[in-house]
Amino acid sequence: MTLRDIINKLLGRQVASASTARERLQLVLAHDRSDLSPDLLDKMRREILEVVAKYVDIDLEAGAVSLETEDRMTALVANLPIKKTINKPESTMEEIDQKQTEIQI
Amino acid sequence: MSSHTRIILVCSGKGGVGKTTLTANLGIALASQGAKTAVLDADFGLRNLDLLLGLENRIVYTAQEVLEESCRLDQALVRHKQESNLSLLPAGNPRMLDWLKPDDMQRIVAMLSEQFAYVLIDCPAGVEDGFKNAVSATKEAIVVTNPEVSAVRDADRVIGLLNTHGVKPVQLVLNRVRPKMIASQDMLSVEDVTDILALPLLGLVLEDEQVIVSTNRGEPLTLNGQSSPAARCYTNIARRIQGEDIPLIDPSKEGSGMRDKFRRLMQTKIF
Repeated sequence: MTLRDIINKLLGRQVASASTARERLQLVLAHDRSDLSPDLLDKMRREILEVVAKYVDIDLEAGAVSLETEDRMTALVANLPIKKTINKPESTMEEIDQKQTEIQI
Repeated sequence: MSSHTRIILVCSGKGGVGKTTLTANLGIALASQGAKTAVLDADFGLRNLDLLLGLENRIVYTAQEVLEESCRLDQALVRHKQESNLSLLPAGNPRMLDWLKPDDMQRIVAMLSEQFAYVLIDCPAGVEDGFKNAVSATKEAIVVTNPEVSAVRDADRVIGLLNTHGVKPVQLVLNRVRPKMIASQDMLSVEDVTDILALPLLGLVLEDEQVIVSTNRGEPLTLNGQSSPAARCYTNIARRIQGEDIPLIDPSKEGSGMRDKFRRLMQTKIF
């Protein structure tokens, strides 16, 4: 937020648009570069969650799979908060709160 | 001269970003710096390079007759009136698109390489056959884009395709830059675009009404050493292509004094 943005907001004027352009471009390019449609990405997200859910108890709603891109390299980033691990024979399903797992492809 | 010839494709993906204008101006600038230069119009569907160079009335034969061997290369080449180091090989009939193959393009470029130090190929917009034919004949490329979302997105697609075809080096020209809009943060900055596309910047070209005046006349801005903002930018790009180390223009420093100091204060990040 710059001084100009604040003044524009106070005056009810349009906020500068370059940052919007930048964000929209970064998102659309991540998809273009990977050549994945939102449908396919969603399908993949669900399947990844299913696989991970076999081993650990995850919050299916909170799980996010997205594409991030930096320097022409696109990464598939899965951010899956784990509630607790399943099938641990020696311990009694102890709670592991909100551990974050990142899978990079 | 053949093996040393620099073959440079000027492409963009999106139409209307300034490929043909850049090709015409670089052609004139390189020629006036003493380099024997050929410009090849590879946009067979919508040719315009002849018009921007003011050579439209002097075309007798085109690339088509050269390929059909119904004329020699030097009969088809149109030499520029004032800048005799520059020659244009005009695009043929749009019907050529039906049969033109990468091999044909390579043959034309190979012929040109024997006579010229630089061959600039004005690529058609899009990423279809016309683009693929042109890419197959080039060694290096200049990607032209504007600080605008659709142009940057299309440039990104083209850069991906150039990489797959092994074209190297690929450099960026950012065209139609408006320093005032960048200062008021209503236009993607030079850094924004180079960060997103991750390409070395060969140069930027300032928005300049004189470009339209020059196209009206069919006299590229770099002809007669004109000094309008875009003319300076084009000349600098040509000199960088020749290997000179010319610093880039800083759009935020275009103009100084109280007004610009105030503008810079206004764009200081607060949080």
